[in-house]
Amino acid sequence: MANYMDIIASCKDKPGGIIEAYHAIQKEYNYIPQEALKEAARAFKVSEAQAFGVATFYSYLSVEKRGKYIIRMCESAPCHVAGADEVLKTLEAHLGIKVGETTSDGKFTLELTECVGQCQATPVVTINSEPIFGVKPEMVPEILAKFK
Amino acid sequence: MAQEYRVLLEYADKINPEKASDYIKVGGYKGLEKARSMNPKDLIEEVKKSGLRGRGGAGFNAGMKWSFVPQYPETKYVVCNLDEGEPGTYKDRIICQKNAQALLEGMAICGYAIGSKQGYIYCRGEYPFVVELLKNAIGNAKESGALGEFDIEVRMGAGAYVCGEETALIESIEGHRGEPRFKPPFPGVEGLWRMPTVVNNVETFACLPYILTNGAEWFAGIGAKSYPGTKVLTLTGDIENATYFEVPTDYLLRDVIYELGGGVKGGKKLKAVQVGGTSGAFIPPQNLDTPIDFDSMSAIGAALGSGAVFVMDETRDIVDIVNRIAKFFEHESCGQCTPCREGTFRCKEIMEKINNGRGSLQDIENLKLLARVMMKASLCGLGQAAPIPITSTLTHFEYEYLRKLV
Repeated sequence: MANYMDIIASCKDKPGGIIEAYHAIQKEYNYIPQEALKEAARAFKVSEAQAFGVATFYSYLSVEKRGKYIIRMCESAPCHVAGADEVLKTLEAHLGIKVGETTSDGKFTLELTECVGQCQATPVVTINSEPIFGVKPEMVPEILAKFK
Repeated sequence: MAQEYRVLLEYADKINPEKASDYIKVGGYKGLEKARSMNPKDLIEEVKKSGLRGRGGAGFNAGMKWSFVPQYPETKYVVCNLDEGEPGTYKDRIICQKNAQALLEGMAICGYAIGSKQGYIYCRGEYPFVVELLKNAIGNAKESGALGEFDIEVRMGAGAYVCGEETALIESIEGHRGEPRFKPPFPGVEGLWRMPTVVNNVETFACLPYILTNGAEWFAGIGAKSYPGTKVLTLTGDIENATYFEVPTDYLLRDVIYELGGGVKGGKKLKAVQVGGTSGAFIPPQNLDTPIDFDSMSAIGAALGSGAVFVMDETRDIVDIVNRIAKFFEHESCGQCTPCREGTFRCKEIMEKINNGRGSLQDIENLKLLARVMMKASLCGLGQAAPIPITSTLTHFEYEYLRKLV
């Protein structure tokens, strides 16, 4: 696993590179650990509050620990009318968690998202940014079983 | 007239978008060559003459936008807005996945016109695979020498709808929170790192090679006079063919739905169609015989916007859908200015109340007042457009609200 110190160092000279650094850190850790935020603030010469402010502005970035697989259910209007609510309920029931929570084995985190731009086959769920199309409630167990 | 007219997507799935050589085989990079043989001033005049208007939603004349950039500063930037966040929109993704080199060529043409050697593509965080595709496409184009000295860097957004607003997008590239700036100064004068910057949408840039290759008159002669060219549309909701199409801009909305779209799903009747994404107006069936171009859409109180076409059948609950949309704006408001931050919150609160059967006539009056304040006083387009789904449905579908009141 790449160390967050190395990741930040590699983005340090890029103007405005703090968001690039956060993306790279999340790729390794699935969230931005607090020590990494402090290090980013130091490297990009902003206050810790500013580094935190950037990290918490964007819905793709998280400062809370998350699971190995991040499931995001799209709830924008085209997915909403295609039955996103039912899929979400099934996901919650199957995983035994509510939106925003992580399963106790640290495997899955369930989040809501707005449109992911894959509206040709709604409703859409993404798992670690990989879109899954035309999801129906009965498909949920099979989909989740693929992620070990 | 019920056929597609493909310009940007003519060679979709026939060429590899990452490969400059594939694109050159079908006439690519000729536009840039022609542009570079011209004086930059004449080039801008040519683009103005083509009538090309911004495809991101604002519909501003592209050549005019470029002409605001002062000549004297050494450093200037070309920025491509690939943050398409309007729900129901994925046309910029399609353009990249089918014809990425046209986007790169268009950016290089703009770079030559304004005297910039550095471009940025700001791609939304939901498309990491498009970021990879574009990086490969840029690498390949650079290697082939097609881009000359013009460099392009891809930056990835991180899931913020407001970053589609050009100054918020600039803030985000600079590594800040994506909060819109006060305008003026406009980016053309003071943009990325305070230097003159042109920000255009993917589709706008991708039109340029074809304008240069075939001439401004050719482009100006396609589709609607005041908004010429083609437009890539994405159909979603209760529609048989939920896919993308490229049509001339004088194409009728009715034909989009009933010809290309194959009609409402399951043969049901149409209740409403929302064009331009979630910030667009709801259009009733009696207005379907309207061309999709910018000005014709404005004339019926709607907007072409991003070109998303969201179809709702007769069984749909309009208030429930608008309630969902109100929640979207409450979530996506950046919180910087009060009319939008508080307004989107109150809109959501009142819509929820009405949707749950607890609303009153007074709530509807309050919504109307709130909408007026937000449209007039919000800092950026997000807060100004957020009430449009509410006001347009109150105009055309008031009975849907009234039947849910206490």
